[in-house]
Amino acid sequence: MATKERQAAYWKENLTYIVILLGIWFVVSYVFGIIMADTLDKTSIGGFPLGFWFANQGSEVIFVILIVVYVKLMNHLDIKYDVHEQ
Amino acid sequence: MGILTWTWIIVGASFALYIGIAIWARAKTTGDFYVAAKQIHPVLNGMATGADWMSAASFISMAGLIAFMGRDGSMYLMGWTGGYVLLAMLLAPYLRKYGKFTVPMFVGERYYSQTARVVAVVCAIFVSFTYVAGQMRGVGVVFSRFLEVPINTGVLIGMAIVFFYATMGGMKGITYTQVAQYCVLITAYMIPAIFISIMLTGNPIPQLGYGSMLSEGGQQILGSSPGHLLQKLNEVQIELGFSAYTAGGAKTPIDVFMITLALMVGTAGLPHIIIRFFTTPTIKGARSSAGWALLFIAILYTTAPAVAAFARLNLIHSLNGKSYAEAPSWFKNWEKTGLVAWKDRNGDGKMQFAKGEPFKGKLEFEKDAAGAVKIGPSGERVVKSAFDEKNTNELYIDRDIIVLANPEIARLPNWVVALVAAGGLAAALSTAAGLLLVIASAISHDLVKNVLAKDTTEKAELLWARAAAGAAVIIAGYFGIHPPGFVAQVVAFAFGLAASSFFPIIILGIFWKRATKEGAMLGMVAGIAFTAAYIIYFKFVNPDINNAKHWLWGISPEGIGSLGMVVNFVVAIGVSMVTKAPPQAVQDMVASLRYPRTIE
Repeated sequence: MATKERQAAYWKENLTYIVILLGIWFVVSYVFGIIMADTLDKTSIGGFPLGFWFANQGSEVIFVILIVVYVKLMNHLDIKYDVHEQ
Repeated sequence: MGILTWTWIIVGASFALYIGIAIWARAKTTGDFYVAAKQIHPVLNGMATGADWMSAASFISMAGLIAFMGRDGSMYLMGWTGGYVLLAMLLAPYLRKYGKFTVPMFVGERYYSQTARVVAVVCAIFVSFTYVAGQMRGVGVVFSRFLEVPINTGVLIGMAIVFFYATMGGMKGITYTQVAQYCVLITAYMIPAIFISIMLTGNPIPQLGYGSMLSEGGQQILGSSPGHLLQKLNEVQIELGFSAYTAGGAKTPIDVFMITLALMVGTAGLPHIIIRFFTTPTIKGARSSAGWALLFIAILYTTAPAVAAFARLNLIHSLNGKSYAEAPSWFKNWEKTGLVAWKDRNGDGKMQFAKGEPFKGKLEFEKDAAGAVKIGPSGERVVKSAFDEKNTNELYIDRDIIVLANPEIARLPNWVVALVAAGGLAAALSTAAGLLLVIASAISHDLVKNVLAKDTTEKAELLWARAAAGAAVIIAGYFGIHPPGFVAQVVAFAFGLAASSFFPIIILGIFWKRATKEGAMLGMVAGIAFTAAYIIYFKFVNPDINNAKHWLWGISPEGIGSLGMVVNFVVAIGVSMVTKAPPQAVQDMVASLRYPRTIE
């Protein structure tokens, strides 16, 4: 692949990751923790009403996981497209 | 040993540590001063970012706010963590690749305009000063409550410490101090939480404890029947006329949504957070340090709701329906500070806790001719303020009490109380230092070096940076001693402003080569003008109608920054499309930000 195409492909894949991960980011906090919180609260897990848990702790924990996943994916992608730092 | 002695020892030791670090990590070059020579390990940078981020508000006030807001309080938890996901994916790696010193510098270069840069400098300074004044005040408050010195003396001591390590070490000194401050503050936060969790539920992990069953010991302490802690809390809340703790309360979902978004986006647009990612050696490191930062922050942020629930339950059980003589000793201790108060509304000699604020206006006590507070029939300090007739509540409880009095509520040893004081100071000082650095670098690097006197040598620039940091400390201290009456209100400003100014144009600057300087400047101006006008109208011009009925689409001033951000995006994109494309060199620069290694 020519440098230009390689870079374009790298960027496209990066954007795909971002869109998917930020989609999850949005769903766990805004959808589960706010919009659907009352509905989810009807179910309880280990003493926590579910919507309350997502709003209180669940989204924060998932946020951390999302960044970890992104870092891993990008470290791999940098090497795959040979744009990693020396 | 008494609380006071312990506090002086622990606070003194922590200050000595910060000063020691400052001497060890002196800045020798402007690179050291602005970005710690880009040599900070991602894990350490994560810790430093955690301390930089968690302010007096996070440490002292947040759990209390949540305890009184129930599920609505989650907007702070999600709002003040979710921004790191945006930072990790949308900002940090690209700005690190850009590789220079300040946010205004990026704005100026990306939008090929000195004007844009100056606008960014003004925004950065305004946002940072707003924030730093609150921190200095926080330092003074902790000093006055725990060390029994006047608030102003507390502010002066805090100023002296920050002055020393910020002017001497710059970013390098600040970073290593912040690492130490993170360790102090997280220990101070976790120890009381762990003890209370064990006491009430037998579970040593507070994050899980507040969803557990009450232990037998816990039932005894609370005088409660067996069951899940949250379920018991919901029951007593409803009994007293509050809404259930785990359900939504006073705010509408749309407002909670918009406030959460404004806080998240505001976080990602705050210059003192963004510049932390300039200090890592690599782009890979910038990404991962966002993850470390959020992990370190989440330890406190997942504990805060547990602290809130424990304290709420404890508070209700130990105060409601009790006479003053039966009330626990922490109530009497903190009554002296004016953070709690009781006035017998119905004359039955018992404390009644109910929904609503008990008193109208500011809390004031009756004083005799000599200026001493009068003592009522039960031994309580007599409140002068009139009752609010709309409710039946008799207890005034300041939100800050939840964290500050936590160790006493849990009957923990005196050194734990002292540790909480040191933790509160660490949280306030670390944030103040980070903000002061933004102000210093904006002045010395963006204004002096690049606009006013371009021939400034590195040595002179370093001197300018130190002088600017010093001057900023003094101004911040002035605001700490003479706080403008609206400090609390301006916090909404800082986030709204960051959300509606920096965030959109930095994102467009990175992800859209076609964004033009005209688009960026008009976008920033439109976003800020819209947000500021809305906040000023409801907070200052017409505070009487500051309620959901009059708000635009039910969005409160705290959440309006989200809409300001949309305004900025729309204007910036629209204007960019009809103006001349940026010069090729700028477009090439934007392209190069996207790849960790520059390939010619």
